Amino acid sequence: MREFARLYAELDETTATNRKLEALQNYFQSAAPENAAWAVYFLAGGKPKQAVPTKLLRQFATEFAGIDDWLFDECYHAVGDLAETIALILPPPTATSDVGLATWMQERIGPLRGADPATIGDALFSFWRELEPRERFLLAKLIGGGFRVGVSKLLVTRALSTIAAVDAKLIAQRLMGWTDNSVRPSAESFLKLIAEQSDTEHKQRGGHPYPFFLAHQLQAEPATLGELADWQIEWKYDGIRAQLVRRDGQNYLWSRGEDLITDRFPELAALRLPEGTVIDGEILIWAGAGENSPAPFADLQKRIGRKTVSAKLMAELPAVLVAYDLLEEAGVDLREVPQSERRKLLEALVESSAQDQLKISPLVEAADWDALMTIRLESRSRGVEGMMVKAKSAQYGVGRTKNVGTWWKWKVDPYSIDAVLIYAQAGHGRRASLYTDYTFAVWDVDETGERKLVPFAKAYSGLTDAEIAVVDNAIRKTTIEKFGPVRSVKPTMVFEIGFEGIQLSTRHKAGIAVRFPRILRKRDDKTVQDADTLDNLKGLLASAGS
Amino acid sequence: MGDMVVVRKEGLYCVPGDFYIDPWRPVPRAVITHAHGDHARVGHGHYLSADLGVNILKSRLGQDIHIDGLAYGESVQHNGVNVSLYPAGHVLGSAQVRMEHKGEVWVASGDYKVEPDRTCAPFEPVKCDTFITESTFGLPIYRWEPEQSIFDDINAWWRKNAAAGRCSVVFAYSFGKAQRILSGLDPSIGAILCHGSAEPLNRVYRDSGVDLPPTQLVTDVDKAAIRTAIVIAPPSAGGSTWMRRFGDYSDSFASGWMLLRGARRRRGVDRGFVLSDHADWPGLMTAIRATEAPRVIVTHGSIPTMVKYLRGVGLDASGFDTEYGDDEGADQAADDKPADKAPEVAEAPNA
Repeated sequence: MREFARLYAELDETTATNRKLEALQNYFQSAAPENAAWAVYFLAGGKPKQAVPTKLLRQFATEFAGIDDWLFDECYHAVGDLAETIALILPPPTATSDVGLATWMQERIGPLRGADPATIGDALFSFWRELEPRERFLLAKLIGGGFRVGVSKLLVTRALSTIAAVDAKLIAQRLMGWTDNSVRPSAESFLKLIAEQSDTEHKQRGGHPYPFFLAHQLQAEPATLGELADWQIEWKYDGIRAQLVRRDGQNYLWSRGEDLITDRFPELAALRLPEGTVIDGEILIWAGAGENSPAPFADLQKRIGRKTVSAKLMAELPAVLVAYDLLEEAGVDLREVPQSERRKLLEALVESSAQDQLKISPLVEAADWDALMTIRLESRSRGVEGMMVKAKSAQYGVGRTKNVGTWWKWKVDPYSIDAVLIYAQAGHGRRASLYTDYTFAVWDVDETGERKLVPFAKAYSGLTDAEIAVVDNAIRKTTIEKFGPVRSVKPTMVFEIGFEGIQLSTRHKAGIAVRFPRILRKRDDKTVQDADTLDNLKGLLASAGS
Repeated sequence: MGDMVVVRKEGLYCVPGDFYIDPWRPVPRAVITHAHGDHARVGHGHYLSADLGVNILKSRLGQDIHIDGLAYGESVQHNGVNVSLYPAGHVLGSAQVRMEHKGEVWVASGDYKVEPDRTCAPFEPVKCDTFITESTFGLPIYRWEPEQSIFDDINAWWRKNAAAGRCSVVFAYSFGKAQRILSGLDPSIGAILCHGSAEPLNRVYRDSGVDLPPTQLVTDVDKAAIRTAIVIAPPSAGGSTWMRRFGDYSDSFASGWMLLRGARRRRGVDRGFVLSDHADWPGLMTAIRATEAPRVIVTHGSIPTMVKYLRGVGLDASGFDTEYGDDEGADQAADDKPADKAPEVAEAPNA
């Protein structure tokens, strides 16, 4: 734990990439393999299930600190992070220990899951007595399941590649599936991760996917890309990007976040595919036969949330895989085959599969870029986010790269509406004790004919640090009331809010729900009275196509 | 009988004595606890401070101000109020103000710190009936390490940078914090360079008998020496062209707020050293208890939290809204400080 806490502190302390890389390499070189395995799991974004409910963790920390609940809450609001609050509030340790990360995870933290509160309390107290603040911080993160580190997976891959003297792309491949919670990190798995390249590399892959190839945002005019004929155009769907892997006689469905989600989609788990097939595609809900557009994302959310999927739900909200690409056929890695050829193989596969839950992502044909731009205007009514523009010569790269050909995402402009800030809450982490999380409202007319503001969205991204400082300042000056960490403010500020989707909702006060709301800009040119109305907002529903 | 000290729009006002303590608007007569810009402002008719603060106040507010110095523990009579000053342990010349009138004693703390350090006289508890306390770090999460362990961290960081041929830059307030860091540096590691804003204050400290290691201006040394040097600079120098000469430097910020990860990340420096000239939570509680005052009035910082806590432990506690700022690096401004009342400081609170 001490070693890992030191690594964490070093990564946290510096913003320089080369110093982070150095810290990672030093750690991987000296750590015992079983501890390094767990470190890789966390650094690569692994999220273990919460071992102790937050409420209990908080309650025992308050008790151990010997303070009142309200005082703990005040501290939490100032710090903006539960683990950090706990680390700072507890009295100094009375003993020391140095237990390895693997032992912590497997023998100390693991058994707490589902244990009775008294056992949990005893365990936490004994842990806290022997850990210094920064170790307590990590412990709370490891227990709470909310662990995040300021390093990219790419950097972890580079560090491992250096100490193993193995190509970074191979490390990236071996890392696939590492963060999935069905496999426990072990000394053996770490040693495999850094082993020399072997002839059985492919076999060892098991049901693991390939690293996803990611698209870049197209900012420039599309005509700058050259001849349209050199590009493969598809719709950009708004679902769950996934790889369906068929190996060893079974299907494995992986999300882009590398979670194994096969169980959530029995209809895709049941797809019949030839052995040694990997399809890259998008999971969507496709309600009704003969429909040519997907259901809104909210319908997909209803499926994701369920651990067990009833036959009724499957009938109501059937999932399909819209296939984008073919990465493996008959056990052969196709990623270096050009896009246009992979496409032909994919078309043949989908055609011969003849199953409703496997669809091909249709190509969009147009005479030239201008004609394509006109077709792109149909995006909203088709229930898609825009278009994908893929170089026909492109290989299937690793991550967001351009070195073997490029994929562009060419999204339509977001919906936008001018709304009024009415509530504010302090942020977390870097934004702790700054008011950065806002609730926005639009005008509506109530039964008595009076104009009032109705909240419709929360947003916390889109402003620069300097803009946040200005807004934070204004919030403190115009506070009406405080409810715990939330403040209601006098309506004085108008913002342009962008969002990707809109639909009716019974769960929201305004009767509508928007997807991915964020702040586009502060409208200093508009007064509160000039902000948009709920009717303006509802007007956007018509163009949403569903 | 009414309260001996009340808040007026000009500042804390001693009613029977007819004088102000650290007023934020010009008044005829001001007692100044210490020379930080938000406590010591220009434009008062007459100033009274601790002896050791006189030269600092003159250097900051002008040589021609009307000012009297008072030795710690000595007293003067003013309109029937017996006024005396006691060390507050905050910066050189910082004082608590003791006021005695008709047998009743009030003490206004100004800013204070209970851990002794090498740059100023240590905090001295004064028994009183009512204690007016600051609350900058008035939450139990704030607990400082002994300063020596922070100095050890700073020296170790400096040594590591110097070994890598990288200059070390510490951002710290020019008055107080800068000298406190200097007092803990190990001059055998390399040259110690100070920004021009700290040098005059270093001189006042040395003249008052505080032992500081030799410091140089950046223009005094060659390029090679810069690579192993440590630089003490005001936070306002960060990102300025003045910084360019240090090449690939590692930077840090020294402040109590650096205890919080969010504040460290927002600051965007390589290291945050948790070094404060204010009392931490245990320090505030120790100081309050030591006064034996049954009544406590809380000023600048976590006023509502401290008031609620102190009432919970049986004290008669209330708050005063003041316009004092935060000399620890204002970006993590204490909650509830009205932002439109930013102190009009001679030097920006960050500098």
